[in-house]
Amino acid sequence: MELLLAVVAGVLYATGLYLMLRRRLAQLIIGLGLLSNGSNILILSAAGVTRAKPPLITGASIAADQFADPVPQSLILTAIVIGFGVLAFALVLAHRIHQSAGSDDIDSFGADSTQALPAKVDRA
Amino acid sequence: MLLTLPIVLPLGTAIALHLLPRRSRLLRVVAFLGALLSLVAAVAILLRTLSAGIQVLQVGSWPAPFGITLVADLLSALMVVMAAIIGVAVTGSSFAGVDPRREGLGYHALIHILLMGVSGAFLTGDIFNLYVWFEVMLIASFVLMSLHRTRAQLHAAFTYVGLNLLASAFFLTAIGLLYGQAGTLNFADLAHAWPERRTPGLDAALSMLFLTSFGIKAGLFPLFFWLPASYHTPPAAVGALLAGLLTKVGVYAMIRVFTLLFPDPSASVYTAILVMSAITMVVGLIGALGQHDLRRVLSFNLVGHIGFTTVGLALWTPAAIAGSILYVLHHMLVISTLFLVSGLFLRQKRTTDLRALGGMYRAQPFVACLALIPLFSLAGIPPLSGFIAKLAIVGSMIESRHYLLAGISLSVSLLTILSMARVWEEAFWKQAPDQPARSAHQPRLSAAILGPVVFLVTLTIGLTLAADPAYRVATRAAEQLLDADGYVRAVLGEGVPRAAR
Repeated sequence: MELLLAVVAGVLYATGLYLMLRRRLAQLIIGLGLLSNGSNILILSAAGVTRAKPPLITGASIAADQFADPVPQSLILTAIVIGFGVLAFALVLAHRIHQSAGSDDIDSFGADSTQALPAKVDRA
Repeated sequence: MLLTLPIVLPLGTAIALHLLPRRSRLLRVVAFLGALLSLVAAVAILLRTLSAGIQVLQVGSWPAPFGITLVADLLSALMVVMAAIIGVAVTGSSFAGVDPRREGLGYHALIHILLMGVSGAFLTGDIFNLYVWFEVMLIASFVLMSLHRTRAQLHAAFTYVGLNLLASAFFLTAIGLLYGQAGTLNFADLAHAWPERRTPGLDAALSMLFLTSFGIKAGLFPLFFWLPASYHTPPAAVGALLAGLLTKVGVYAMIRVFTLLFPDPSASVYTAILVMSAITMVVGLIGALGQHDLRRVLSFNLVGHIGFTTVGLALWTPAAIAGSILYVLHHMLVISTLFLVSGLFLRQKRTTDLRALGGMYRAQPFVACLALIPLFSLAGIPPLSGFIAKLAIVGSMIESRHYLLAGISLSVSLLTILSMARVWEEAFWKQAPDQPARSAHQPRLSAAILGPVVFLVTLTIGLTLAADPAYRVATRAAEQLLDADGYVRAVLGEGVPRAAR
């Protein structure tokens, strides 16, 4: 099980990084999403996978090896929430860029579109 | 209780700002007052830390390794104070007028959220919590950067967002692996209990992962390219906030994590930090000389001088770390001031392109002389604060026989002087290219615009005059950092046996 998770995490990292190196905004964002999922799975597998032992303490005396470690799960939960928010923001930003540039190719934005500082905000 | 204030006050202010009507003048007043209160709280923490040692708060009374701990040692307290100072200057600069659209979109509240994230990152004693504060701060800065939605700003924001998210992913990866090894996330517990369980191979991988993620955030060579590509687009006040605070949070995280978790100065990661810092100095300053836009020049200077703030960590002596801490403090003040100064140009001439500027000295000698202080301080001209910080760092380099490094630092200072002299000459001294037409209706700079600049310049002069006490505080902070056992005992309690380090 751990081997499988490790392989999955590795594949997610590799595809995520590959997509982030592409020139299209959409691929970059998908890459980011895969990367954050990869790190979530990595946290789970690095902390050790325990099967069928939920971290719920029902009886009065349960030894520490009788249930899974709840900390990595809470870390992943936090990371998922943060990743979701960040990804949503990145999507909106990419959409805005696509609207204003008319393309989602990063190279077509113009090498130095930043020189002039527009006095007025455009309506986009 | 006191330790939560730098986090709770900006949060409360941000909530209050959201409740106020969208277009009222009250927004600015509330934002400014909130920042002032945070500054008072931060100074109180610093004083307490100076007199009574490391301050610890177990949030929710959960005992140390189980709950989240807030810790203020001297470095944290100093950084929180600096963050609050820059917060006051930036919120103060909004009195001179903010684009009403930005204001309507929650500009003031976002600044306070960002300040909350920064203070949280400085104060937390838990590595995963540090990640969360990083994200709070990043999200606020993402929105601040893209609020304006001009094309240039959107593109710059996207570069910034992409690279910073990559850094966060690396950081999260490192945290996951670290937890798998050590079984704890509390800094003190990690420093205390981890050494017995570590394996050399994973250790090296972890330190490199941390170095990469913090290096991207701090702007170290070869990871800095996002910074000059994005910091020149947001309005000057936002630029001052980001330039003054965000890279320094990366530097702070680097110092904190490496002193506590990798206390072996012979590890290969420290050689990497040393080389990266040296190259960062050179590349940053050479880059600055090739730029024609004031804010790009400043961005490259920001990158170049980050090298000075991380090199102390690589040298691993109290004197070197103290020098770096002093440099961080000085650099935060000065670079924020200069970004605010670039705002003066934006307001007057609608551009920061050096070729189009000029004539400032003739029109307003007071402003020009005011700007001279941070310019020369950045270059390290005696007796200003930059000189004192550089003296401390270069002195410690020579002491530890890194002569080549000392040579590089000194030549980089020369390059900085060149770059700053060029800024002064082009922006202030030379004749304005189209003077007669423009000078007639050039708006004079009001007190509200100059106020924050004067405030920060006064503090720079203050740091210069108080050089000796400041250096002594920085030395104490450095000694605290190198004494990991002291940190562990402060957080976990006196009963913890001394770790075999």
